[in-house]
Amino acid sequence: MTDAGTLREDRPLDMLEHASAPDLLAKFDPLIAERQALLDTGVRDPFAIVMEKVLSPTEAIIGGKPTILLGTYNYMGMTFDADVIAAGKTALDEYGAGTTGSRVLNGTYQGHRECEEALKDFYGMDHAIVFSTGYQANLGMISTLAGKGDYIILDADSHASIYDGCWLGNAEIVRFRHNSVDDLDKRLGRLPKDAGKLVVLEGVYSMLGDIAPLKEMVAVAKKHGAMILCDEAHSMGFFGDHGRGVAEQEAVLDDIDFVVGTFSKSVGTVGGFCVSNHPKFEVLRLVCRPYVFTASLPPSVVATAATSIRKLMHAGEKRERLWKNSRRLHQGLRDLGFTLGTKSAESAIIAVILSDQTQAVGMWQALLELGLYVNMARPPATPAGTYLLRCSLCAEHRDEQVGQIMEMFAQAGRAVGCIG
Amino acid sequence: MSTRDETFAKVTDLIEPFNKKGIPLTDAVRFAQDLEWDSLTVMDFVAAVEDDFDIIITMNMQAEIETIGQLVDAVETLKAAA
Repeated sequence: MTDAGTLREDRPLDMLEHASAPDLLAKFDPLIAERQALLDTGVRDPFAIVMEKVLSPTEAIIGGKPTILLGTYNYMGMTFDADVIAAGKTALDEYGAGTTGSRVLNGTYQGHRECEEALKDFYGMDHAIVFSTGYQANLGMISTLAGKGDYIILDADSHASIYDGCWLGNAEIVRFRHNSVDDLDKRLGRLPKDAGKLVVLEGVYSMLGDIAPLKEMVAVAKKHGAMILCDEAHSMGFFGDHGRGVAEQEAVLDDIDFVVGTFSKSVGTVGGFCVSNHPKFEVLRLVCRPYVFTASLPPSVVATAATSIRKLMHAGEKRERLWKNSRRLHQGLRDLGFTLGTKSAESAIIAVILSDQTQAVGMWQALLELGLYVNMARPPATPAGTYLLRCSLCAEHRDEQVGQIMEMFAQAGRAVGCIG
Repeated sequence: MSTRDETFAKVTDLIEPFNKKGIPLTDAVRFAQDLEWDSLTVMDFVAAVEDDFDIIITMNMQAEIETIGQLVDAVETLKAAA
């Protein structure tokens, strides 16, 4: 038998073997089928939107059409701030496009230090550490703080990055019912007294836009000797006198051991961070794997972040506009008859709750066709298996835009039949 | 009735409100495949079991529990340790 002959004869056999080998993607067949069935009804794919041009923090061109953005988390509208952009351009010119290195090797530039200084000033804390994304900040902090034999106690509605941080580490993971102080208290009380405990909370929960009863939760956590990590991703810049978040508003910031946040919302770029007054905080730079084993943020990104953070310290007017917009839209949507995630505007997120996937996608598409982009969210990202349209306001939404948004919701809601 | 039988009886009492298909409950019944519970039902149910027995079933432990029998055994162990 020649080599060539062997090859030819082997080929069909190879294919046969391949055909009978387990396909690792087969487990996603139900999702593929569900998605296809939805798309076959003629709707656009809610998870495949392309912004062809971005005109401002509140407007983009989608499908060739000017569209108001109401689902970007760009709360303070810093993405097009002139000073922020200038700082980014200068850094790009002076330091290049990227660092090509880890923070602990060749990836810490002057800009990374300045960004951490800006965070320390913003929060009035002793230490700040910048990660490459907000996701990695939670992944790194949670997995490193809680080790084998320690306990992480988290809210059931925690963000995926918090859950993933738990799974990356070796701690025991305990959940409590969403925002239930009593449930947290009971669970902490059942844990071994001498075990290390990390309670993980969020200031604003991003799916429904509700805020945590931090004052009560912090008191309970302290009573049981737990350390506290609070994710303030959706509150930075517009909660509390200095914009430090819900913990500041509730006057418990001093009792929070670790505040985690992101640059991809109010700050207007990308990146994550943790600030703390813990005297041993700096050691985390050496032992936190999601900090060590990844490239640091590009110089232009940390320059834009630092400039934006410093401007957010004096953004009282933006804060007021954001709250005004949020309250007005919340009231307007309630008056139209929509079911919302919270009774009043607790944050800058307004969740419109719909009955099922068909209604949610129908409503989402009707809004898009009218020129409004919102986020569609579905299980498992959402609590209690709900389908919802998540709206996030921006300080830069103009009064007439908020009026247009309500008009579009009224029109789409009647067309789809979710309001009378 | 042994304590395991008592625990089994209590656990199945707690399952019933979530047993939408009315499946006969035995040690071998699986939560995901047989009862067809999603993660939210599991969350509610686990919280109910924890509060009833005054124990903690960590998510690490939950990942190893697939059947009613395994849960009853885990509850027995946790009760003994408490």
